[in-house]
Amino acid sequence: MKNVLKVFIAVCFLFSVTAMPAVAGNVVKLQKGEPVHLAYWFVTSGANTSLGMDTFRGVEIAIEDFGGKLKGHPIKLTGQDEMCGPEGGQAAASKIASDPTVIASIGSNCSSAAKPGVPILWKMGIPNVSPSNTAPFLTDPASGPDFDGYLRTCHNDKVQGAVAAEFAFTKLGLKKAATIHDGSVYAEQLQQVFADTFTKLGGTITSQEAVSPGDTDMRPVLTKIASGKPEFIYLPMFIAESGHVTRQCKEVAGLEKVALMSADGSFSPDFLKAAGKAVIGMYHSSPDFSALGDSYGKFLEKHKAKYGISPEAPFHAHAYDAAMLILNAIDKVAVVSGDTLEIDREALVKAMYATKGMKGLTGTITCDEHGDCADPKIAVYKTSEADLKAGLMPTVPFWKKY
Amino acid sequence: MFQKWKDRVTVTDIVMWMIGGTLLLLCLWGSVSTIRAGLYTKSHWIDFLIFGLAQGSIYALIATGYTMVYGVLKMINFAHGEVFMSGPFTGYFVATAMWRSDFLDNHPIMAIVAIFAVAMFVSTMVAFLVEKIAYRPLRGAPRLIPLITAIGASFFLQYLFKGLYGSGVNAYPDIEILNGFWMIFGIRVLKIQVIVIIAAIVLMLVLYNFIMLTRVGKAIRAVSEDKEAAALMGINVDAMISTTFIIGGMAAGAAGVLYALMFKQVHFFMGFLPGLKAFTAAVLGGIGNIPGAMLGGIFLGLIESVAPALFLDGLGIIAPYQLKDAIAFTMLVMVLIFRPTGILGERLASKKA
Amino acid sequence: MTKAQSLWNQGVKIGAIGGVSVLIISLIGMVESFGKRDIIAGVLPMGVAIALIISILAAYMAAKKTPISDKSIQFANAVVSGLVISGFLAAFVMIGRSFNIREMLVGASPVLYSILTGGVAGAGGIFLLLLTGLLCGAFAGILYMLRDLPRRLTVNALLTIFILGLLQELILPILKAWDVGMINYLAGLFYTLNGLTPVGAILSVVIFCILYLLWNANQGAIKSKYAALPKEARKKSQIAALIVLAVILIVLPQFLGLFLSEVITIVGLYVLLGLGLNIVVGYAGLLDLGYVAFFAIGSYVVALLTSPQIFAFGLNFWQALPIAVICGILAGVMLGIPVLKMRGDYLAIATLGFGEIIRILVLSDFLRPWLGGAQGIGSIPNPNLFGFQMVKPQHIYYLLLAGIILVIFISLRLKKSKIGRAWMAMREDEDVAQAMGINLVATKLLAFATGAGFSALSGAIFASKIGSVYPHSFNVFISINVVCIVIIGGIGSLPGIVVGAAVLMGLPELLREFAEYRMFVYGVALVIVMLLRPEGLLPEARHKMEFHDETEAGAKTVA
Repeated sequence: MKNVLKVFIAVCFLFSVTAMPAVAGNVVKLQKGEPVHLAYWFVTSGANTSLGMDTFRGVEIAIEDFGGKLKGHPIKLTGQDEMCGPEGGQAAASKIASDPTVIASIGSNCSSAAKPGVPILWKMGIPNVSPSNTAPFLTDPASGPDFDGYLRTCHNDKVQGAVAAEFAFTKLGLKKAATIHDGSVYAEQLQQVFADTFTKLGGTITSQEAVSPGDTDMRPVLTKIASGKPEFIYLPMFIAESGHVTRQCKEVAGLEKVALMSADGSFSPDFLKAAGKAVIGMYHSSPDFSALGDSYGKFLEKHKAKYGISPEAPFHAHAYDAAMLILNAIDKVAVVSGDTLEIDREALVKAMYATKGMKGLTGTITCDEHGDCADPKIAVYKTSEADLKAGLMPTVPFWKKY
Repeated sequence: MFQKWKDRVTVTDIVMWMIGGTLLLLCLWGSVSTIRAGLYTKSHWIDFLIFGLAQGSIYALIATGYTMVYGVLKMINFAHGEVFMSGPFTGYFVATAMWRSDFLDNHPIMAIVAIFAVAMFVSTMVAFLVEKIAYRPLRGAPRLIPLITAIGASFFLQYLFKGLYGSGVNAYPDIEILNGFWMIFGIRVLKIQVIVIIAAIVLMLVLYNFIMLTRVGKAIRAVSEDKEAAALMGINVDAMISTTFIIGGMAAGAAGVLYALMFKQVHFFMGFLPGLKAFTAAVLGGIGNIPGAMLGGIFLGLIESVAPALFLDGLGIIAPYQLKDAIAFTMLVMVLIFRPTGILGERLASKKA
Repeated sequence: MTKAQSLWNQGVKIGAIGGVSVLIISLIGMVESFGKRDIIAGVLPMGVAIALIISILAAYMAAKKTPISDKSIQFANAVVSGLVISGFLAAFVMIGRSFNIREMLVGASPVLYSILTGGVAGAGGIFLLLLTGLLCGAFAGILYMLRDLPRRLTVNALLTIFILGLLQELILPILKAWDVGMINYLAGLFYTLNGLTPVGAILSVVIFCILYLLWNANQGAIKSKYAALPKEARKKSQIAALIVLAVILIVLPQFLGLFLSEVITIVGLYVLLGLGLNIVVGYAGLLDLGYVAFFAIGSYVVALLTSPQIFAFGLNFWQALPIAVICGILAGVMLGIPVLKMRGDYLAIATLGFGEIIRILVLSDFLRPWLGGAQGIGSIPNPNLFGFQMVKPQHIYYLLLAGIILVIFISLRLKKSKIGRAWMAMREDEDVAQAMGINLVATKLLAFATGAGFSALSGAIFASKIGSVYPHSFNVFISINVVCIVIIGGIGSLPGIVVGAAVLMGLPELLREFAEYRMFVYGVALVIVMLLRPEGLLPEARHKMEFHDETEAGAKTVA
C-alpha cells in the first residue's frame, strides 16, 4: 500500500513537471459559420441592475449597428453577472477566461469588480474594454502589467472628483465638506479625489466616513458627521446606500440644510425611488449628454424603438462606443485564410490601443497609452420636484465647467 | 486557600481574563478620551441612544422568533430572516397600489393596518410552511440535519422571492403622517422612531403575556421544557410547535413592516443581515429565553449605534462606523466567555445546548 | 379509506403540490429562460422538459401513495393529479391574460403564457395545456403499473436524453477538441448547435437500452465472480483500481480543457476546506460557522508575503505557503481559546462572529495601510515550479491534487490515532470524555488548529490562483457552504466530502444556464437531500449505523 502511494506521488510529480502544456498561443481560429464571440460582464442582479441593463442595451445596439456580422461570421454575445463587487468580478472573469472562444470582453460596470477581474482575463490574453469603470487606479501607470489589456471609454474619476470639488467650492461657495464611501473601489477613490481637490482649493474636509455595503441605519454615522458641522456632503456611492444616506440626512439634527452631492454611480431613476422626496435639490455629477451630436439622438430613437424605454443610467453610450471600438479593432486585425478567420489577440490589443479619432457617440474616441479613451465632459445636475414626479433623472445640466 | 484557588482556575481562565481585561481597558480609554475631546454634545449622545433603541427594538422583535423556536425545537431557524423579509416585501406591493389610488394619503391609518395585515399573514404562512415541509419530517434527527435544511430553506426563500418579485431595490412610498418629528421633554425625536419603539414594546408585551398567561402559552412552555412529558400530559406537540412558528412569523412580519417604514427600501436580501443580528441578540440574551432576547436585541442596537463613536473615536480610529458589526460580535464573544449561556440564560442550559 | 377519499387525498392534494411547484418554477422565470435552450432541437425546450418532469413525478407519487391496491384507482389518481397540475397552470394563464399581475410578479410574461399553452392562442391553448396534463398523468399511471424492468428502462432512457441535452455545452467542446473526422461526424449526428438532434435522441435511447440490458443480464455474474475471488486477488484488483484512478486523476486536465479544469479547481478548493472542517465538525463534533476566517488568513498571508504591493516582502509562493499554514494553525489556537467553554449553538454563533470580525477588520479603513482595506491586495504572483509559471487552472489542479492527497493522508492517520479517538469520544459526550481522562482543552485546540491549518492551505492556493484577495471574498457564505458540503457528503466520511463538493459546488458551475437560479436550486437540493438521505450522500459506515439507531429511537418516542 505504501509503495503504491510512493509511486503515485512520484508519477504525479513527474507529470506535473513534464506533461504540462505550454500556454496556448493567442490566436483564435474560427471555422466557417462559427461566431465571433464577445463576452460582457455587467451587473445583472441586485440594486444596480439598471446600470448593467443600460450598458448591455448599448452593446446590443452597437452590434446591430455594426451589421451583426464580422467578415461573414456572426457576432455572438454572452455574459456574466459581476454583481458589482470583487467576488462577483473574480467569478465572472474566471468564467469568461475559461472559455477559449472568447475574443474580447466588455465590462465590468463597477470598478470593484474590474480590479480583480481584469488581471484574470489578461492572464488568458483576453483584452477588455470597460464602459463604466471610472476609478483612477485602473489606468494608473502604477497598476502594473496586469492591466495592459485594459481600456475604457468612460471618464476617469480624476476628472469627475475634481469637477465635484470645484462645483462645491466655487459655484456653491461652500468651505466645509464631509465625504462618505461604502468601501467600494469606485466610491473610495472618488471621494479621495474630491477631498484632495477640495483641500487644495482651500476648503476643509471635516470627516471622511465609511459604511459597509448592506448597511441600512446611517443615522449614527450621520450624527457623527453632523458633529463636524459640514455645509456639504459628498456621497458618491451606489443606489441602495446613497438612497439611505440621502433619506436619513434630512432626519439628523444639524444636517437638514446641508447640500448633498452624489455621482454617476447612482444617477438612475431607481435612485429616485430609493431616496424618495429627500432627493429634491440634490446634486449629481454625470456625463453631459446634452452636448452630444446627432448620432446620439439617433441612438436614443433606436433605443426607444427596441426596448420601449429611454436609457436608465448614464453609460449606455459609453457601452456602445466600447463595443464599436472592439469590433472596429477586430475588423482591422482579423485575417481571412480560406474558410477560416484568424484573430490574433495580441495584435487586437495593439489595434485597440492605437484607436485614434474614432467618431463615437460620446465624442471623439482616442486612446492614450494607459487605456483611457474617453473624451470626458462631466456636468452637474440638480434634481427638481418635477424630475421626481416624472420618475426620471434631470437631462439638462445645472452647471458645467467648459 | 491558595491551593484551592489554583485548582479551580486554569491557564485558559487566566488567558480569557487577560483578553477581557485588555478589551475593557481599551473601551474605557476610548470612552474617556472621546468624552474629553468634547466632539459630541449632549444632544448628539441622546440621538445616538434613540437611534440605537429604535434599531434594537426591531432586532428584539425578530429575536423573540428565534428564541421561541429554539426553545421548542433546540435548533437555529436559519430561515427566520427570510420569514422577516417575505412579509414587508409583499406588503410593498399593497403599499404602492394604495399609494397610487391615493388611499394611502386619505386614510393613512387604515392603509398602515392593511400593510401590517398582509405582511404578517405572508410571514406567518411562510414560517408555518417552512416548519411543515423542512423541519417536521426531521424530528429526532441529529441536530446538524435540521440546521442544513434551515440553511437550504433560507436560500430557497431568498431566491424564490427574488424570482417572484425581481432582484431590484423597491422603496416604500412616503407616508405623510409618519414624517417629521416630535419634541418630547425638549428632545427632538423622529416620529417614526417613537412609533417603532412603542409598537415593538407593545408587541413584545403582548407576546410575553401570551406565553406566560394563556393555556396555549403554557403548553408551548411545557413542550420546550420536555417534549415527551408534554405529550404524556395530553399536549399535541406538533400543533404547539406549529403555533410557535406562527407566533414567531407574526412577530417577524410586524418587525419587517416596522423596518420597512423606518428604512423604506425592501429587497430579497434584506432579511439576511437583520436575521443574523437578531440571532446574535437571542444568543446574547440567552437563547430560549424571551426576556433575554428582548434585552439582547436592545443591547445590540445600542452597541451598534453608540459604541463606534464612544469607544473608537477616542482611540483615533478612522471611519469607526465601518467597524460597528465587529464591535457587536466582539461584545457577543466577551459576554459568552464570562457567561457561556448568555446574559439571562440559565446555567443549566449549558447541558442542554 | 374509500375510493373518493383517496381520490381527494392522493389525486387532488398531491396534484396541488405538483401544481404549485410547476407554478413556482414558471413564475421565477425558469421555464421561460430555459426555453431558449433545447433538449431535442426544435422539439423539446429545456424549460418545458423540467415542467414535464415535475408533473410526471407528482402524478407518479400520487399513484404510489395510494393506499388502496386497486389498479384502477391508482391510475385514476395519477390522471387526476396530472389534470390538477395543468388546471393550476391553466387558471394562472387565464388570470394573467385578463389582469395585469406583472407589476408584482416579474416572471408572469406573455412569453411564458405562450410557452405554457404551446404557442396556441385563446381557448385552444388552454385546452392543449389541460390535455398535456392529462397525458402526463396517464403516462405516470401507466409507468406505475409497468413491471420493474421496463419501468426502470423507460425512466432511465428518458433521463439519458435529458442529461445528454443538458450537458451539451460540456460534451460538445470535449468531442470537438479531438478534431478527428469520425468524432466530428458523430458530434454532428447527435448534436445541433442547440440541443440533440431527433436522430441523436433516438440513437442514444437505443444505445442506452442495449447497454442497460446487457449490464442487467450480466450484473449478477460479474458480482459473484468478484466475490468468489481469493482474498489476495481481490486486494490486487483493488490496488489496480487505485492505480487506474491515480492515472486518470493525473492525466485528467489534459483532456478537460480550460473550462472544466476551472470547475475542478473550484471543487478542489472546497474539498480542501471540507476536509479541514471535517476534522472540527465531523471528528470532534464542534460546529464551527466561522471557518472562513482561516481561509482568509491563509490567503492574506500569502498575499502580503508575495505581492509587491503594501510591504513587498518579495517571497515566492513556496516560501509563503508554510508560513501561511503556520499562521492558520496559530489563529486556530488563538480563536479556539475563548470558545473552549461554549457548546452547541453558542459555539456556532461565537465562531460565526469571529469569521465576521476578521472580515470586517480586513475591510476597514483603519487597518488599510497594512491589509489593503476594501481595495484588497493584487498582483499576487502565480506559483513557480522550477522556473515554470503555474498560470492555467490545469496547473493549479496539480497543486490542489497534491494538497488534497496530503490532507487525506493526514486525516486518515489522525483518525486512527489516539487523538482521533479522543475527538470521537468528545463528539459523543464531552463530560464522559473528560471523566475518562481526556484533556478537553488540548483536544479541542488540536482540532481547531488542524482544521485551521488545512483551511489556510486552501486559502493560500486560492490567493495564488486568483491573483488578488479582497475582504468581500471571505463572507459567511463560504463557511455555510463548507458546512453543507461536510454534512451533505456524509459527516465524517472523506469520500463523502469529495462527492459533496462536486455536487454542491461543481454541478452548478457546469450548468451555466442555471447561473441565475443556482442558489434557488442549491436551497431546494439541501432540503431534499436532507429529507431523503439525512445521513448524507456517502455516509461513513459507523455513522450511518449510529444514525439509523437514533432515528428509530426518535420515531419510537414520538409515536
